[in-house]
Amino acid sequence: MDENVRREIILDHYQNPKNKESITDERYLKANTNNESCIDNIDLYVLIENDVIQDIKFQGEACAISTSSTSIMITNLIGKTLVEAREYIAHFEAMVNELAYDEAILKEGIVYSTIYKQNNRKTCALLPYKGMLKLLKQYDTLKK
Amino acid sequence: MHREDFPMLDQDIVYFDNAATTLKPKCVIDKMVDYYSNYGASAHRGDYDISYKVDQEYENTRELVKDFIHARFLEEIVFTSGDTEALNMIVRGFFENLLEPGDEVLITKSEHASNVLPWFSLAKKNGIQVNYIPLDDHYYVTLDNVKKAITPKTKVISLAYITNVIGDIRPMKEIIHFAHEHNIFVLLDAAQSVGHIKTDVQDLDVDFLVFSAHKMCGPTGVGVLYGKKELLETVEPLLLGGGMNESFDNEQAVYLKDLPTRLEAGTPNVAGVIGFGSAILYLNQIGLDTIADYEKELRTYLIDKLLAIPHLDIINLESDSGIVSFNVNGIFSQDVAYYLNKYNICVRAGNHCAKILKKEVGVANSLRISLYFYNTYEEIDALVELLSDKDKILKEML
Repeated sequence: MDENVRREIILDHYQNPKNKESITDERYLKANTNNESCIDNIDLYVLIENDVIQDIKFQGEACAISTSSTSIMITNLIGKTLVEAREYIAHFEAMVNELAYDEAILKEGIVYSTIYKQNNRKTCALLPYKGMLKLLKQYDTLKK
Repeated sequence: MHREDFPMLDQDIVYFDNAATTLKPKCVIDKMVDYYSNYGASAHRGDYDISYKVDQEYENTRELVKDFIHARFLEEIVFTSGDTEALNMIVRGFFENLLEPGDEVLITKSEHASNVLPWFSLAKKNGIQVNYIPLDDHYYVTLDNVKKAITPKTKVISLAYITNVIGDIRPMKEIIHFAHEHNIFVLLDAAQSVGHIKTDVQDLDVDFLVFSAHKMCGPTGVGVLYGKKELLETVEPLLLGGGMNESFDNEQAVYLKDLPTRLEAGTPNVAGVIGFGSAILYLNQIGLDTIADYEKELRTYLIDKLLAIPHLDIINLESDSGIVSFNVNGIFSQDVAYYLNKYNICVRAGNHCAKILKKEVGVANSLRISLYFYNTYEEIDALVELLSDKDKILKEML
């Protein structure tokens, strides 16, 4: 991927993040996700109905990588079934950890394909995924 | 000034995070290496020559600390692992026994976590109240606001001498004088001040004062708890064990040693304390007034340059210490810190352990430059040049 294109996509999602708004609707599950070693702090809100992710919103203050990664993750996960969502997350984590992954599944998420080169920023890219996994677990528990 | 004394500065770095920790001069490092290489025995075991030397060096640092902060007695100087431990020792070993439910402790919203959390914990345990002295428009503490904040229930005022985000030097002498007129104890966290401005515990008349060696060119893992002798006498040791007891028997009768040893259980950080002595001698040689004056000049230079950059918001425009907190408009502080790191400039991004300050200031996170005497005008020029080009920051921060 061209470095300029990569930078433009990340900056666009950072400066104009999608789905960044507060939610008071009680049907949404909420989870906070933050990095111990830094100051990123994001609240995720997700609406799941019939095992399909209907909507996700987020709030909080975080760095360019975390914010853009959250915006891109949300864009890609809305409309997915829980199974598809877990698959997407697994591929994203694999990419960040330098394992095999499917570019087609990740779509714009591949802008972080070289993030492994900056060890201290890997956690930034993974931050929203940490929160999303927490939410999926929360949903499973509630369903039981 | 004196850059040649700091081995870390042989590298190509600009170090602007001195409020977190300062660099160590070679004399401090050498002193510790000398201890480990040549007389690395335990303290207080004067049965053989090298141990005797350890005692002498260890106690010599106590003497140096006593003079450095102008304490009256050697017994008033207790070595701890750092500022945080010292604060916890006073809150738990002294005030926990003294304060009753409903008694009030006054702090501010710009205190460091170590001067907040021990009080919160005591409030939960003993039912004391933790209240806040209001900060003025500059986020300063004024004597007037202290006067307004105290109530008949106020028993303690616990403040930083210089705060680590705003960098204001509090008018402590006046506050302490007023507090004592109302029978209020004052605990002073001098972590950010002691290596930068002169400390005189007798002139201040402060009850307790704590600080860390590593923020004043000394080693990590060493701190000081100063307390007026009559108060320190009643501090209950949190740690019990070797070194601090006089004797004990199988009937559980325990006799403790006198101050300060009673409060220094276990094998102390001997190398650290000895190295700390060397740091004090080093700072004395340069002179704290010289350091304070130079820092002030540097700060003025830095502020003037930063003010000329339109996309910066400076949080503490007016403060007397070398601490400057600011943000680049529209860019998260950590991204700016990453960007500066690419040019080997070390600055701090975050909330700087002052998490309750954010509501007051309206800014959760910021960049912090904290200066010390080895920083230079040229380093500031390099920083300012990098900050002045917002497009460059946006382009290179990822």
